[in-house]
Amino acid sequence: MAVSSSSTDFSAALVMTPTALADWLVILPVAWCILIGAVLMMVRRRVGAHAILAIPALGLLVALNAALLFHVAANGPVTMVMGRWLPPFGIAFTVDLTGALFALAAGIVALAGAIAALDDVNDSGRRYGFYPFLMLLMAGVNGAFLTGDIFNLYVWFEVLLISSFGLLVLGSERGQIDGAVKYGFLNLMATTLFLVATGLLYGVFGTLNMADIALKAQATPDRVPLMTLTGLFVLAFGMKAAAFPVNFWLPASYHTPRLVVSALFAGLLTKVGIYALIRVGVMLFPVSLDRLTLVLSLIAVLTMLTGVFGALAQTDIRRLLGFLVISGIGAMLAGVALGGPEGIGGAVFYALHSIIVMTALYFAAGLAARAGGSSSLAALGGIYRSHPLLAALSLMLFFSVSGLPPFSGFWPKVMLVKAALDGGAGWLAASLLLAGFVTTIATARDLSARLLASGARDARRRDTRFDRPSRPHTLAAGRTDGIVPLCRSLSRAVARARARRRSDACRSGRLYPFRFSGRRYRTMKRTVTLLLMACLWLAVTGSVSLLNLLLGLCISAVSLWLVREQVDPVWSTVRPLKLLLLCGLFLGNWRCRRSRSPSSSCSRR
Amino acid sequence: MEPIFAILVGIFFAVAVYLLLSKYIIRVLLGVAILGNAVNLVIFASGRILRDVPPVIGAGLDISTVQTANPLPQALILTAIVISFSFFSFLLVLSWRAYRVLETDNTDEMRVAEPDGEAPPPLRY
Repeated sequence: MAVSSSSTDFSAALVMTPTALADWLVILPVAWCILIGAVLMMVRRRVGAHAILAIPALGLLVALNAALLFHVAANGPVTMVMGRWLPPFGIAFTVDLTGALFALAAGIVALAGAIAALDDVNDSGRRYGFYPFLMLLMAGVNGAFLTGDIFNLYVWFEVLLISSFGLLVLGSERGQIDGAVKYGFLNLMATTLFLVATGLLYGVFGTLNMADIALKAQATPDRVPLMTLTGLFVLAFGMKAAAFPVNFWLPASYHTPRLVVSALFAGLLTKVGIYALIRVGVMLFPVSLDRLTLVLSLIAVLTMLTGVFGALAQTDIRRLLGFLVISGIGAMLAGVALGGPEGIGGAVFYALHSIIVMTALYFAAGLAARAGGSSSLAALGGIYRSHPLLAALSLMLFFSVSGLPPFSGFWPKVMLVKAALDGGAGWLAASLLLAGFVTTIATARDLSARLLASGARDARRRDTRFDRPSRPHTLAAGRTDGIVPLCRSLSRAVARARARRRSDACRSGRLYPFRFSGRRYRTMKRTVTLLLMACLWLAVTGSVSLLNLLLGLCISAVSLWLVREQVDPVWSTVRPLKLLLLCGLFLGNWRCRRSRSPSSSCSRR
Repeated sequence: MEPIFAILVGIFFAVAVYLLLSKYIIRVLLGVAILGNAVNLVIFASGRILRDVPPVIGAGLDISTVQTANPLPQALILTAIVISFSFFSFLLVLSWRAYRVLETDNTDEMRVAEPDGEAPPPLRY
């Protein structure tokens, strides 16, 4: 090293131009969260001020993240280095579209959580610091999404982990302590593995900046133990994300804390693991991740299947949702395993959908548990009758998490299945679809047991018109002859609940503004449904013309006619021939795809 | 020097993993403490072990005149020590609390959150 005088030229190590004003946006979400968290800790004893301070602050955080997303979308990735020291000296914050999208979704979820906590977290919970912990959690989450330095990523992981500990034990009940022990030890293990991998990475490359590492990893592919590093990172992030063999901390702990905390955890924490896996695996070590494709695919499939079958075995709705979080992680891992723009895009899209929908599902489950008095599936609720709006919202969320159109879960799943079929991984596509199907069963059971079914307390007022002679008609009971019985049992349950509601309303004198008798009511209902569906058609196709409206009316009429048995509950027998024909249709389609897929995969590789 | 460090790190990891596999929380805690130190040693060794010249730049100079130890791993270790110590203390308090509340430190008996023999979900409606 050369002896230097006091006039060393630092221009090679420093960013000499001042940071543009818009680029400060990169650091603002994190700094803002830490600032507000510190202020909230200062006013810790003035419990009333917490929510007043935190909710507008989180609102501003959402605005900041949205502005950041807009900035990144308009100008491309933005980098800012601390103290203007260039890497490898300075720590860099680098934001691209993925990070900004994740940060925005996280901000929205946190805002929703803060508002829901007004109702769910009592004064003692706030005195123990719910809102400061929430702000610091958001600092960690945002930092993890926005940083461009791998050791810094580790630090943000720890920040969000320690705040999550605080949130998890809020209330100090027996179950919470039990869950927190498992959560704490296993997550500590995961971050320690991450740290080991980071230390070895530094030993190999001599830098911690992700962009720098990516360049150096490309330059020296053979000398370096890249597979070891990648394996360690995959294990560490898989543990954080609750991937199959190391996911048992999640169902052990996620149902114990307060509802808002569960919702935030389900939305945020595991997705940070997935984000880190995408960031480190795909960006830094694409070659060695490619070699791990088979392992990752197996992990993805097993994660999905443990998730959905675990969900099927649960009695408690919150534990059921914990398993659904795991199955979602499996779908994202499938995307990562597939790689390529479609696979990664599908994984990112699925993660964004999952952040929002899982949080919403926990909120809905909490509201339903409060309305029904218990979160157990066995305690029959009849919530549809007392809270129809809540039941409808839950239904939408259930559709979304099961991946049914037109809700948000469907589209990323389409991307993933298409990517799997294009890449010649038909079994991955099949397990994605199977996971979706079993999720549908699990959520449908929750729907019919808790939301629609009549409670014991309603038994004497039961309307017996739609009760059938006892014929067990559930898939869960072992019937596997297709979706038809399930639909039918659902529709019958809906009809039963509706009829009961009508008769109750009549009895209590609370009459409908217009009284329809039988046939006229049905006609009216059909017309309204037809018009609504036609409007939907206009919205989907995006053109409003008379011809299109007529086409929409025709299509909705045909589709209503097709599902007429479900709309008007008419009992008919299962027609095996038709079912077989339907299966044949699917199989034929599949054959065609199979015969086509090898060529497409060859052209891709 | 590095091979000795590598062996030492290996021993630390082996002890830590052995303790972590225990049923009893107190042994797991000891494992966590040892694991943290093992990781610190890994980072230290990965920064290359050089002569014991502290990375301090003399007065009136911008760059050190002799080859010094690498300061970055030391900074990383400092961060890691702070974090692992805070985690260890949190987990220690949590374990103590769990022992008081659940009256056991055997993880096999910690079944409050996931009780044994739960009724199956409803199979018919």
